[in-house]
Amino acid sequence: MLDILKSPIVTFQEFILLAGRATTNIVRRPFYGRDVILQMDTIGVGSLPITILIGFFSGAVMALQMSRALSQYGATGQVGQITAITLVREMGPVLTALLVAGRNASGIASELGSMKVTEQIDAMRALGTDPIKKLVTPRLIATCTTLPLLTIIADFIGIIGGYLVAVPLLALTTSSQYWNNAWRSLEYNDIAQGLLKPLVFAFIISLVGCLYGIRTTGGTQGVGRATTQAVVVASVWIFVCTFLITRVFVNL
Amino acid sequence: MPRTPTERTCILRLENVSLSFDESPKVLDNISLELWTGDTKIVLGAAGAGKTVMFKVALGLLKPTSGRVYLFGQDVTDFDESHWFEVRNHIGVLFQEGGLFDSLTIEENVAYPLVNRSHRTAEEVHPEVEQALRFVELGNTLSKFPSELSGGMRRRVGIARAGISDPALLLYDSPTAGLDPITANNIMTLIVQDRETRNATSAIISHRFQDGHIMANFRYNPDSKRLERIPDGSPLRQRTRFVVMREGRIVFEGSEGELDASTDPYIAKFSMQRSAH
Repeated sequence: MLDILKSPIVTFQEFILLAGRATTNIVRRPFYGRDVILQMDTIGVGSLPITILIGFFSGAVMALQMSRALSQYGATGQVGQITAITLVREMGPVLTALLVAGRNASGIASELGSMKVTEQIDAMRALGTDPIKKLVTPRLIATCTTLPLLTIIADFIGIIGGYLVAVPLLALTTSSQYWNNAWRSLEYNDIAQGLLKPLVFAFIISLVGCLYGIRTTGGTQGVGRATTQAVVVASVWIFVCTFLITRVFVNL
Repeated sequence: MPRTPTERTCILRLENVSLSFDESPKVLDNISLELWTGDTKIVLGAAGAGKTVMFKVALGLLKPTSGRVYLFGQDVTDFDESHWFEVRNHIGVLFQEGGLFDSLTIEENVAYPLVNRSHRTAEEVHPEVEQALRFVELGNTLSKFPSELSGGMRRRVGIARAGISDPALLLYDSPTAGLDPITANNIMTLIVQDRETRNATSAIISHRFQDGHIMANFRYNPDSKRLERIPDGSPLRQRTRFVVMREGRIVFEGSEGELDASTDPYIAKFSMQRSAH
């Protein structure tokens, strides 16, 4: 029984250690600014088109789904509020994070995994560079800065998507009522959790990707395994954490 | 850790080093080894005998389960990573597959140790990098990426990178593995040349006896730019020693003659390779 628990506990311990080292490295010399910019480009700019697409459709489909439910109560005017709240609180952060997990946790794991199996990480250490400082910390910084920004963009595009469905397509409400409703319904609480979530998810995505990449053993097959595991584990933790964070904020 | 050419000091000493992962059998079993200034060690052994693991222990990439590791006269066994970086600055390494960084050009790869250690800019080290690459006859590949080069060329870039910071100790992991005999001999010529020009202490992992044979019997003549036989009785001959590893243990250590004379079937396999060629 204990043997079954051993491996996940060891992995969790490694995760915590990696998180600690990667985070403290943020303020320690040397800094790899070029690597941070490069990663921001890959993770942030690279994920932008797909984030916009997904954000738009999640907002649109939300308005579409709500149109029926709200019309039963004659409350179709509230569609802006519902779209905005669900997007900012939950859909925006989670969907964007899942996308970035699929794109970048896998990308990070496979890149670091290939470096591991071709001895590049050993070579790096042998040549006097801390791989955590050079490889993990830039990815952590880049994901933590770009994911909240991507989420904000996804939220906004989603609200526009909801607007296009609610006003021009279904005429559920007027343009000014939609925007007014959407704007006024958002409280600081919503914004706070809507921005805290992507930050936590960014932490999970980058570090899980790096951890599974660095732990890779067993050649190219191992790289494939590490990539799959990284995406699955990151996605599961995104759901667990969104539940925990929501649980805290719901009572505030 | 300065190198004094006249004085012979112990560069690397492994003392009863053992290593095992989890509950599996020992990967290294009570290894003791010494490497003195100017020495060349040829580490032979079948695949999985623990040769690379021993290298990684000597480099601090793996921590031994028991035993001590001494480098340049200091006990480095319990050093943490930041202290190791200082020690590793004096060691040049060629990894099995070259260990070149895919995302960097050949020039950046070779410049890496210099830029990283001395905090000089890429422009400042450019002449040295160019010279090192010319030394391995790859002066025209500076802006290429490792994936554009052949296996032998990558290995040569690895040699250039290992030696660029003029390290006191050079470790070569299987420099000729998987290469055709001609390329393999070219690589060995470079390593001999490196040894003579830098007077560095070196250890070479190999599964080819010929590699050791070249190291033990030849030296580089800068005038004719070729290898020539070391005369019998020259002290240089005494500098090259052979180590044979089997299942994590050192089963033989001695000169080429002693290796040839060994009657142990496993050890003899590595000297018989020569008679087969």
